Amino acid sequence: MTTTTLTRRPGLARIRSTRPSLYLLCLGFVALLVVLAIFAPWLAPHDPNAVDLGSALAGPSASHPLGVDSSGRDTLSRLLIGSRTSLLGPLGVVLFSTLAGVAVGAVSGWYGGWLDSLLSRSSELIFAFPGLLLAILVVSIYGDGLIGPVIGLGVAYLPYVSRLTRSLVLAERERPYVAAYRVQGHSGAQICLRHVIPNIAPVVLAQSTINFGYALIDLAGLSFLGLGVPALTPDWGRMVFDGETAIQQGYPLSAILPCGAIVLTVVAFNVVGEHWADRVAKREH
Amino acid sequence: MDPLNTLDIQNLRLRLPNTARPVLAGINLTIRARETVALVGESGSGKTLTARSVLRLLPPGAETEGTVRVNGEDVLAMAPDQLRRLRAGTAAMIFQDPRAAINPLRRVGDFLTEGVRLGGGIRAAEATARAERMLTAVGLTSAALRQYPGELSGGMLQRVMIAAALMGDPKLLLADEPTTALDVTTQAEVVALLGDVRDRFGTGLLFVTHDLGLAAAISDRVYVMYAGLIAETGPADELFAHPRHPYTAALLNSTPRLDSTNKRLAAIDGQPPGLQVQLSGCPFAARCLYATDLCTEQTPTQLPVANNTKHLVACHHTDKWESKVVHV
Repeated sequence: MTTTTLTRRPGLARIRSTRPSLYLLCLGFVALLVVLAIFAPWLAPHDPNAVDLGSALAGPSASHPLGVDSSGRDTLSRLLIGSRTSLLGPLGVVLFSTLAGVAVGAVSGWYGGWLDSLLSRSSELIFAFPGLLLAILVVSIYGDGLIGPVIGLGVAYLPYVSRLTRSLVLAERERPYVAAYRVQGHSGAQICLRHVIPNIAPVVLAQSTINFGYALIDLAGLSFLGLGVPALTPDWGRMVFDGETAIQQGYPLSAILPCGAIVLTVVAFNVVGEHWADRVAKREH
Repeated sequence: MDPLNTLDIQNLRLRLPNTARPVLAGINLTIRARETVALVGESGSGKTLTARSVLRLLPPGAETEGTVRVNGEDVLAMAPDQLRRLRAGTAAMIFQDPRAAINPLRRVGDFLTEGVRLGGGIRAAEATARAERMLTAVGLTSAALRQYPGELSGGMLQRVMIAAALMGDPKLLLADEPTTALDVTTQAEVVALLGDVRDRFGTGLLFVTHDLGLAAAISDRVYVMYAGLIAETGPADELFAHPRHPYTAALLNSTPRLDSTNKRLAAIDGQPPGLQVQLSGCPFAARCLYATDLCTEQTPTQLPVANNTKHLVACHHTDKWESKVVHV
């Protein structure tokens, strides 16, 4: 286990906590976000795209608890509905990169040889590419819509998972229980799928949870640049972009709120993921 | 080839990549049904690899020569699915450390039944019933089915391991130092259990160990290995009472004894040869007190002792050596 480490981004790696209270708080926040996103259409007080130019840039009031943006759209409704896109995107990225990454990593770790060399070199090639650039490339091919950036980032995050899986599988396949299953007549693929992958799953899951936060930042960055998410779809990154004019006019609330939502969510996912990783590491040693 | 032999290894040679000499340099070994055969030797003598080659569980890049027949079929020439059937049924292995050899995240019941459920084409209920019978046979209760390996003691886990080995109704059990990881009282229980299991299920048993006392207690015949060769083989009582190979005698001499008057434990000088050393002549010559020029020039062949074809010794000087009685 000593050679296996999760891949982290420099700044966010330090956001971790040994205190269970902060972990539980973050876990609760994540759960709350998921519930809000699921029930957003019923919870949102207004149509997120309803334009009321008369009350543009108004502050918080009874009918608009979090104020109105420069186009006169209710900020609370946009935040709630936007949480769906903002969470669904990273979820797609994480699902894609985890499934494909585990498959690639397990194959190269389990079978080794030229296949391992081929897969490892190709994933290193992807690693050399900045994830955002890759996503922009895919968006330019696919055009608008969430699917482009999700696939692009999914591919960009694949090596995070595949490298981790490969090193875990390499360590796991040397353990005596694998040999014990072999001499009971199990085939290699059976042992790998039924025993090795479930046994390494917790570590991979921790990496994927951390990846979720990174993917959220990247996707928000992309929609801030106006790529991927269509203009009218409420999305936190898009809201920060729309809020730029509001800041220039001295009413920063409609831009600061989605920024805060992004930061809090990323930190929460990071703390939860790091906590899981620490717990797995403690168990292994 | 004797058709009665459950296991018949003929002239097995095994070479690993980047080594100067073969790890196994021509092993001949047979086991009949209901027979216990002990394979003893120092670490690195090749005894574990011999046991593993019976199931073709070899390190990557290993090259083999010779034949390993289990129930008359050559393991080294088997097709993959044939090999899987052999591993699932005919031959089973019991590992040294049960705690490492059982997947810690699966219940004991899953561990026992998975092999037969996936390969044997029998239903889950049947497999569970069989697992219960096997657990009872090894002295555990069916309550263990629901438990995780972490909830059982080392001795209990080794019993689970033996039960797992019996699940496929094997003809041959390979026990690779099955008691090394256990404490002494548990060792005695597991050894007794292995003997009991052999009698009840009529299997042949290959017992790999470096514990000579244990080998003497459990086995009908003994093979003494040194540097990839069989130094001496014969019936257990005869071999331990009258060792005819200097290595066997030296091993017996270096066994700690409670009634010994000597303060220091006798040891064999020097180290067993490494795999990077090219050997010529008798592999034990460098450490042998009786070695002559002949020993370093010519590899001794196995010859019967006093016309007893069951007791074979690979030593040039076994006749001279006979007169020098060792104190055992």
